[in-house]
Order: sequence, then structure tokens, then C-alpha cells
Amino acid sequence: MTILKHELRQGRTAFWIWTGVIGVMLSVCVFLYTEVRGEMDAVTDLFSSFGSFTAAFGMDRLNFGTLEGFYAIECGSMLGLGGAFYAAISAVSMLSKEEVNKTADFLLTHPISRRRILLEKLLAIFVQITLLNVIVFSASVLSILAIGESVPWKELFLLHLAYYLLQLEIAGICYGISSFIKRGSIGIGLGIAVLFYFTNLISNLTASAKFLKYFTPFSYCDGADIIADLKLDGGLIAIGAVACLAGIAAAWLRYGRKDIT
Amino acid sequence: MEAIRTDKLTKSYGQSRGIIDLELSVEQGEFFGFIGPNGAGKSTTIRTLLGLISPSSGGASVFGMDIVQEKENILRRVGYLPSEAFFYPKMRVWDVLKFSADLRKTDCSAEAKSLCERLQLDPDKKIDELSFGNRKKAAIVCALQSKPDLLILDEPTGGLDPLMQRAFFEILQERNREGATIFFSSHILSEVQRNCTRAAVIRQGRIIACDRIEAFANAGAKRVTVHGSVDLSRLQGIKARTEGDGAVSFLYSGEMQTLLQCLSAGQVSDLTVAEPDLEEVFLHFYEEEAAQ
Repeated sequence: MTILKHELRQGRTAFWIWTGVIGVMLSVCVFLYTEVRGEMDAVTDLFSSFGSFTAAFGMDRLNFGTLEGFYAIECGSMLGLGGAFYAAISAVSMLSKEEVNKTADFLLTHPISRRRILLEKLLAIFVQITLLNVIVFSASVLSILAIGESVPWKELFLLHLAYYLLQLEIAGICYGISSFIKRGSIGIGLGIAVLFYFTNLISNLTASAKFLKYFTPFSYCDGADIIADLKLDGGLIAIGAVACLAGIAAAWLRYGRKDIT
Repeated sequence: MEAIRTDKLTKSYGQSRGIIDLELSVEQGEFFGFIGPNGAGKSTTIRTLLGLISPSSGGASVFGMDIVQEKENILRRVGYLPSEAFFYPKMRVWDVLKFSADLRKTDCSAEAKSLCERLQLDPDKKIDELSFGNRKKAAIVCALQSKPDLLILDEPTGGLDPLMQRAFFEILQERNREGATIFFSSHILSEVQRNCTRAAVIRQGRIIACDRIEAFANAGAKRVTVHGSVDLSRLQGIKARTEGDGAVSFLYSGEMQTLLQCLSAGQVSDLTVAEPDLEEVFLHFYEEEAAQ
């Protein structure tokens, strides 16, 4: 597990920055809830008049006046985008950075197989994403307890689980891409995360674009659906799992025989 | 057993040439020079042997192990020094050396310490703070600390000052005496001439000569310098002719008797006939190949 430890050490600064930013933003949001709770009925009415744009953000089915509704919209966006960006950036650069920084010669001339390198680097991404989510979830729970609200455990857990799965899916896809590229990895990673986010918004805008929900992991993170149904959409998650595994398989096939020039 | 053997090893990059039908054999315990100008195919050969790139056709083995099938086993016995050394940022030299040793699942700390001392490298320095030469020293320690059976060195002295170069070659000679094979690519011919027992010359992806260093030097040509006045116009086998300060100097590969007859017809105040150095022989090879 030498490479796993090495990657965790190399990525610790970025890990703590992203974990800190997402965790603090979520906590600030939760603390803001007590301030804005009284005005939320008016806000809900206001947002409900935006037509399809209201639906795009799931605000037509959520009540801003409740902690669950407020959390799903406000905190969900931060956790969704922040987590997606972190997963995309760390995965898309995981393999390509060795060529960008010209350290591939060092790493690949040691007696360790490329498959082993792939596995340990993948594990490093998994560990970092899992730790980030555990810390962020804990920060959310502690913040809710701190403002004296009761924790909506099931809703909170399902929301965070959905975003965790989203991050894993994006990481898997980006890991596959990482094995093909040599430069520009961060731009590609951010681009993919943003593309998925807007694909979900578009799919929520009109019925004719509804089919797009099968092409973005944000579709199974829809807070309105999760809070209303108290379950995740297994079909969409299964599609996401296939996309994630396809990305990992692509990395497996490509990196094993890639020429390091 | 051969430390390195290539059999019609070919690597092409799409339309571009890499190496073509490379036939090379390096015996265990040899100090072998691999000579060629930039772009001749030296690094491509080395990268193929190390498994960084896959051969397009042909094959190669290291210590009898196939470079594609048994890459890990080969790398366990090989230390590699790249022409330009790059390490992970924010790490200290000691961390890099430890990481390299951990990847080999060995404890090399004693050897690493000794090599750092000999090469005057501070292991507590951060990689980002190192000069090009000191980064090279870190790469040397990385390559040598596990005491590998085969050292593959790609233009290893770039960035090292003359004193460090001497210390480096002393270490290599020691390792070679202890039984390590050294495969050493360079375009600095004096280094090869001083240290290697055999060498191969590569040009445009093909091996054009492979022999003992002495044989290269005796490849038929002599460096002749004549002070005085002689008519060389009818003398065959003259190359690399230069004139100045009342002397004419040239590489001569014809009959010695013919040379003496030609010189005796003129006025010669001084005459030197010497073995050419490897650089001259190397250029001689390249001129011949280019002419063909």
C-alpha cells in the first residue's frame, strides 16, 4: 500500500481545503436556517412563481420553511457541486499528473505493476472521497444539533448517500479519462462536473428533456424526490454504477499498455 | 548470461522512426556504452527495455527475462537513471529515497546515507529547492541505493560538475567491479572511452557499429599530423583534413607504405601518427553512414 499512502500524503492539502470549505459552508448554511426560518414561507411563495425554473431546482416540491427542505436546496447545491468538483479534479488528475509532472519515469521504473498502481491510486480516491463525506456529514449533524433542531436522520443520510454515490460515479468516469490524457486534466474534470450539473437542470426544465436524467448523476440526488419518497432511485443509481465501472475498466485497459513517452 | 539482449527490436511512433531492427547484446558484468547523437534512438531503446513503451515488433530480454512478460521481475534487478530527473513536489530528498526503497520493498537507508555523503547531497532538502545538478544526484542515489544488478543510465552526467562526475564514475566502477552490469548511454565520447569496455553506435534508430572500445580506436584510421610541405593531392584515404600553423592534420585509413612514400617526396620537419580518439572515430562512422 506504498502508493496509497503516498497519494494520501500528496493529496492531503487539497483534501483538507475541499473538506474544510464544504464542511464550513454547510455549517454556515445550517446556522443561517435559524435566522431565515421565519421568512421562508414568503421565499417559498416567491420561488413557486418562477415556473419551470422553480422545478429545475426542485423548489416546487420542497418547503423552505422546514429544515429538510432548506437543507436539500441550499446545502444540497453546495455539497453537490463542491463534492462533484473535488471528485472530478482528484480523479481526472490521478493518473495524468504523473505524465504532466514527468514523475511517470520514476514511478513506472520501480518493480510494481501498472495494475497495482491503478488499484492503489483508485483506492486513494475512494478513501479521500469517503473521508470527506464522513467529515462533512458529521459537520452537518453537529451544526443541526448546535442550533437545537432535531436531526432528520433518514433524510439527511439519504441526501448525503446520494451525493457520495454521485462523487464516486464522477470519480470513476474521470479516472478513465485520466488514463487517456496528458495535460489539461483539471479543466476537463471541472467541465465534466459542470456539464452533469447543467444536464440535470435542463432535464428538470421541460418534459421533452426529461430523458437527460439518465445521463447525469445529479438526477438521483434530487432533494425533492429524496425527501418526498425517502428512498433513492435504484434505476438511476444502477446506470451511474455502470458508468463508474466503465470508467474504471477503461483506465484498466488503457493504462496497462500506455506508452509513457 | 546476457544482461541485455534485443532481437530485431523495433519501435515506431506512427509515421515517425524510433528504433529499427535493433540487435544488441550486453554481457553480465560489462560496462557498456551506448553512443549516438540526440534523436538517434538511445532513449527509445532504454524506455523500451524498461517497459515504459511497448515494442512495435521484435523483442528483448533482460537477464533472460522477456521485457513484456516479466517486467516487474526485471525492474526488481534494475536501477534507472533518467537524463532529466523529476520527483514529486513538496517531498524532501530523504522521503523520495524512502518512497523508492518502499516500492522495492527493501531497506536501503544505510546505502542511501553513504551515497548522499559521497555525492555531497543534503537528504533533508526539499526537492523543490534543489538545483538541476542536485536533483540529478538525488536520482543517482535512487538508482544506486538498492544495489541493482543492472544499471541503466541515460546521459547520466548532465548537470554534474567535473568533481561530481569523477565521484560518480568512481562509484560506477566500484559497482562494476562488484559484478553489476552498466549500460550507459551518452553522446560525450570521452566518458565512454574512459569507462566502458564495449560500445555500440546508434544512428537514425539502427545500430551501425558495436565493438570493444580499443577496436573502435583501431578501426583503420590514424590521426596524422605533418609539419612541412608535402603534396597530398594523390593520396587516397584522407578524411577530416585541417591545416594551420604550417601543419596539415588528417585521418588516414590507407596503406602506411603509400603514406610514407608520399611524405618522403616532400619536405617534412615533424611528423606525428597517433590513434584517433573515439570522437573522431564516431564522426568517421557517421560520415560514412551519411554518405551511404
